Amino acid sequence: MPKLPLPPIPNSLLPRPRRPGEAEKVKPLDQAKEAGIHAADWVDERTSLSAGLRWVMFRKVPKGTNWFYTLGSATMFAFLSQAVTGVFLAMYYTPSVTDAYESTRRITNEIFLGEFVRGMHKWGSTMMVILIFLHMGRVFFFGAYKYPRELNWIIGFVLLILTFVMALTGYLLPFDQRSYWATIVAANITASGPIVGPFLGDFLRGGAEFGATTLSRFYSIHMLLVPGLIAALIGAHIYLVTRLGTTAPPWMKVPEDEKLVEDQV
Amino acid sequence: MPGSFEGETVTRRRAMGLAVQVGGGIAVATFTLPALGFAIGSALFERPPVTWEAIGPPDEFPDDTYVPKVITNVQGIGEVGKTTVYVRAYNQDIDGAKDSSIPGGGDFIALSTRCMHLGCPVRYVEASERFICPCHGGVYDFTGSVSGGPPVRPLDRFYTRVENGQVEIGPRFSVNSEFERFPSYRDPGQDLDGVGQYLYPGRFSTPKLD
Repeated sequence: MPKLPLPPIPNSLLPRPRRPGEAEKVKPLDQAKEAGIHAADWVDERTSLSAGLRWVMFRKVPKGTNWFYTLGSATMFAFLSQAVTGVFLAMYYTPSVTDAYESTRRITNEIFLGEFVRGMHKWGSTMMVILIFLHMGRVFFFGAYKYPRELNWIIGFVLLILTFVMALTGYLLPFDQRSYWATIVAANITASGPIVGPFLGDFLRGGAEFGATTLSRFYSIHMLLVPGLIAALIGAHIYLVTRLGTTAPPWMKVPEDEKLVEDQV
Repeated sequence: MPGSFEGETVTRRRAMGLAVQVGGGIAVATFTLPALGFAIGSALFERPPVTWEAIGPPDEFPDDTYVPKVITNVQGIGEVGKTTVYVRAYNQDIDGAKDSSIPGGGDFIALSTRCMHLGCPVRYVEASERFICPCHGGVYDFTGSVSGGPPVRPLDRFYTRVENGQVEIGPRFSVNSEFERFPSYRDPGQDLDGVGQYLYPGRFSTPKLD
């Protein structure tokens, strides 16, 4: 195809050739790049973070890795979303038996974006439970819990239980009829364990009856105790995943060791 | 273990290391143990006071049907601490011989509305003379003993007495299927027949009558 002629460009806009002896001009874009690299270098020189990052990010991944392998990080992002929305919900929520329902109502009906953020937290909790189950199913059916990953399976199991504790304690916080009676039932199920049950029930409620401190107990467990544990255990979980690597799906065949193939021997 | 002199079993380095570890352990224990005690202590070992609440004159309560009354079960938490009790006068034909040792005299029977399956609120249905739980279908007869569904023992009761011309409701107590009294009331779902009474011991967190 014949090329169209360029439109006339004024001389002042044309790139001027360098004069002899003149150093190359540094462009602002290059300067900005340089500044970024410099700052990253400054941190890296003092922390060696880049080695750790390389260790985490550039891992060997087995053939056959597929979308099912994203369920773990999906669960983690569900947790992060719960953590962020939860922190901001705590700014408006009052954990007292007389004000809890009213403050929840205010978040839902009056505060700007309150319904949205509370909705994310509420539906996100369901999502996290679903995702953690799917992730566990993936690990189970792909046989990824086997040696040497048993410890990671155990950590994952503890994370599953802690997620249930979050779901249980969070259920009480809106403090409507459903929350209240569900918590009564949950505490009584706990208390129906033999010997230690009655005392565990007392511990959960903060006494023999649903009382003044039950709600604040649940609130403190829900927003301080368990999230800290979950965050720490997620760290351990991911460390082990990085250290041990992921498994190939069970339908991938292990290539035969060349030394054992008869023809080549 | 080589030491600095003949026969030394623990080197100084090892002794110092051990001392640091023990010191650290003690330091951690000084804040974790009180914190744990703080979380557990009053929940498990604090007895709430015995309270008596007047609910009406004795002639308000017939002996052949129940009158619902709202009492404050837990003090200081507003509406949340209130609960309904069903009250009637003692009836020899239905209840049999009176338990003479019961504190307060036992002239009135006050049934708790807490279902003995998992603690949902039961309601009295006049037509069938039954208490019915909405959650999982527990059914109790007129005396409060289980006539169907998952509950494991009869409905809890409250001590009653008559003071200053008023019927008063006191602390809660539990009964097993023979209506034997258990003064430290148990949570729902705890069977008190046979081995159950040993599997579900009384607690330190229930009010105690002198």
